[in-house]
Amino acid sequence: MTRLPKWADLALVPLISLLLAGAISAVVVLMLGENPWETVKIMVDGAVGSPYAWGYTLYYATSFIFTGLGVAVAYHAGQFNIGGEGQAQLGGLGVALVCLALPWPHWTVALAAASVGAALFGAAWAAIPAWLAAKRGSHVVITTIMFNYIAAALIVWLLVEVLRPTGQMDPATARFAAATKLPTFQTIPGLDLIFTKKVPANVTFFIALLACVGVWLLLWRSRLGYEIRAFGKSESAARYAGISPVRVIMASMLISGGLCGLMSVNNVMGEAGRLLQNSSEGAGFIGIAVALMGRNHPIGIFLAALLFGALYQGGAEMGLWTSVPIELRLLLQGLVILFTGALDTMVRMMIAPFFRKRGAQ
Amino acid sequence: MDLSTIYEILASALRMATPLLFACLAGLYSERAGVFDIGLEGKMLMAAMTSAAVAYLTGSAWIGLGAGIVASLIFAAIHGLASITFRGNQLISGVALNFVASGATILISQAMFGQGGRTPPLNGAARFHEMTLPFADALRPVPVLGPLYADVLSGNAILVYIALLCVPLSWWVLYRTRFGLRLRAVGENPESVDTAGVSVVRLRYGALMITGILCGFAGAYMSTALQAGFGREMTAGRGYIALAALIFAKWRPWYALWATLLFGLLQALALRPDVIQGALHLAIPGPALDAMPYILTVIVLAGFVGKAIPPRAGGQPYVKER
Repeated sequence: MTRLPKWADLALVPLISLLLAGAISAVVVLMLGENPWETVKIMVDGAVGSPYAWGYTLYYATSFIFTGLGVAVAYHAGQFNIGGEGQAQLGGLGVALVCLALPWPHWTVALAAASVGAALFGAAWAAIPAWLAAKRGSHVVITTIMFNYIAAALIVWLLVEVLRPTGQMDPATARFAAATKLPTFQTIPGLDLIFTKKVPANVTFFIALLACVGVWLLLWRSRLGYEIRAFGKSESAARYAGISPVRVIMASMLISGGLCGLMSVNNVMGEAGRLLQNSSEGAGFIGIAVALMGRNHPIGIFLAALLFGALYQGGAEMGLWTSVPIELRLLLQGLVILFTGALDTMVRMMIAPFFRKRGAQ
Repeated sequence: MDLSTIYEILASALRMATPLLFACLAGLYSERAGVFDIGLEGKMLMAAMTSAAVAYLTGSAWIGLGAGIVASLIFAAIHGLASITFRGNQLISGVALNFVASGATILISQAMFGQGGRTPPLNGAARFHEMTLPFADALRPVPVLGPLYADVLSGNAILVYIALLCVPLSWWVLYRTRFGLRLRAVGENPESVDTAGVSVVRLRYGALMITGILCGFAGAYMSTALQAGFGREMTAGRGYIALAALIFAKWRPWYALWATLLFGLLQALALRPDVIQGALHLAIPGPALDAMPYILTVIVLAGFVGKAIPPRAGGQPYVKER
């Protein structure tokens, strides 16, 4: 088969995959009796048409960066972590417990503590599937999915029976103290010139950027990262080179769970101000699409997260202004995973004729 | 807890086990042929929605079942395209199709019926009803076996019996036919099958088609027999639980029956908190019971019940040597 130039491999293949997924979604919109072009205009306008729209897009993108990085770290070790959703919800629990535990004097201190709490709880939730995969050879895809369901049940029970303040009707924790409120973009000096209306994007975005750098350093500039990548490429070669499979699986899954847990700083602390049911709203699953589309590299994940943030926010606007159900996002997300993750040979074969050297048969 | 409660729970267990059994046998065919299929869940969901919608529109549960099987087959074909023809990652393809299914089912049912992603309730011939097996009433007085036959086995939808019949049928197909021998060989050592002049690709597609048909039965049973209509995400992870049952069953048809009956029993118990609390004298919170089947799935997967060795070529695309 024709080898594609690197730029085509990294940029063109994902873009064509996205176009294919978009084209199928457009057909679906057409079948639902709406005009796809109008729908796209509403989505684009709602996602990037104003600073206000960007405030939401960046807010969602922040969550997706964390979950995308989480999926990618595990993926480099050959582990397919689809438990990001449960790990994110447990991360939210960590955030809530930290925020409610002490009268935090300032948001900076609370942010640092809540981040640790979120990462620890997320990692803890990944620990059992990781240990079972490393020690007992359990199927990590099935165990992590099972832990998503268990996490949902656990959070419902905690919110209804344990953490709900007396007298409150809805299943949620008490509101966090005002001092723990993270600055949103319209209150940050400099950014407040652009973002004049109240937006949910908050300082967690910058932590997400740091996490991108951190993951890059981990994977390509550290000993552990080398072991993770070597193990993911060839388990037998890594084992022969003295790399411990148990150590690599545990480390990659715990880091993965920690990153997925960290996303809850963004929504639980930065936006809701209390822990609600289903706080992560599927962001853990979107992380899979983001990681695959971003080719499991932090830069790619950042760009893919921006794109999915826009799709998510645009999809919400679409659900508001057209008769197309908001679940179109789910369909699009599935199609992107399908084309970028499973059908990329097909996409490559489609574009390969354009890169065949002239004269060579 | 009296005897009649036990029979009630056993009957409920059989009903809960049926979709798991269909899905588990579905997974058995594809994994025995060397193709992982995480997408059982999505196929069941598509079939559940399509069956309920078509059964409602035509007033016939059987036509609904046929439509559900077609929907499931389409998803099986896409999985085959991605994992056999284009040699893509089988896990990712399955997960992706599950997302596509959960989005598509809601979109289609919302567009068709406008009831928030549900289908209208089914009644009459649009639903599979309980049927009484012959001599059920005559045999009831026989101790133990009588009530087991009359109250547990009898009085279920016909799909339950089809599922049970699929177990010996699958055993026969896998172990007593030429197709079955080749199917098992292609999951262990595709090179040998290829050398013998049998097409690996055709065998694997064939296995996936059987998977699609069985998932169609599983989904149709969920929405037109177990319940009267489709609700969003109604399969609730059963596709994954069936995969766990498959590992527990060590990829064998008869073991699959026992494994899914066990998981069915657990789900049935989760529906009867009063019985559990009466037996254990403990107040168990509802969410804990909801989580029970998932927790037990993890325990089963943890391999505390013996080592399971999967088909050797599972998950690897076959590349013909030149």
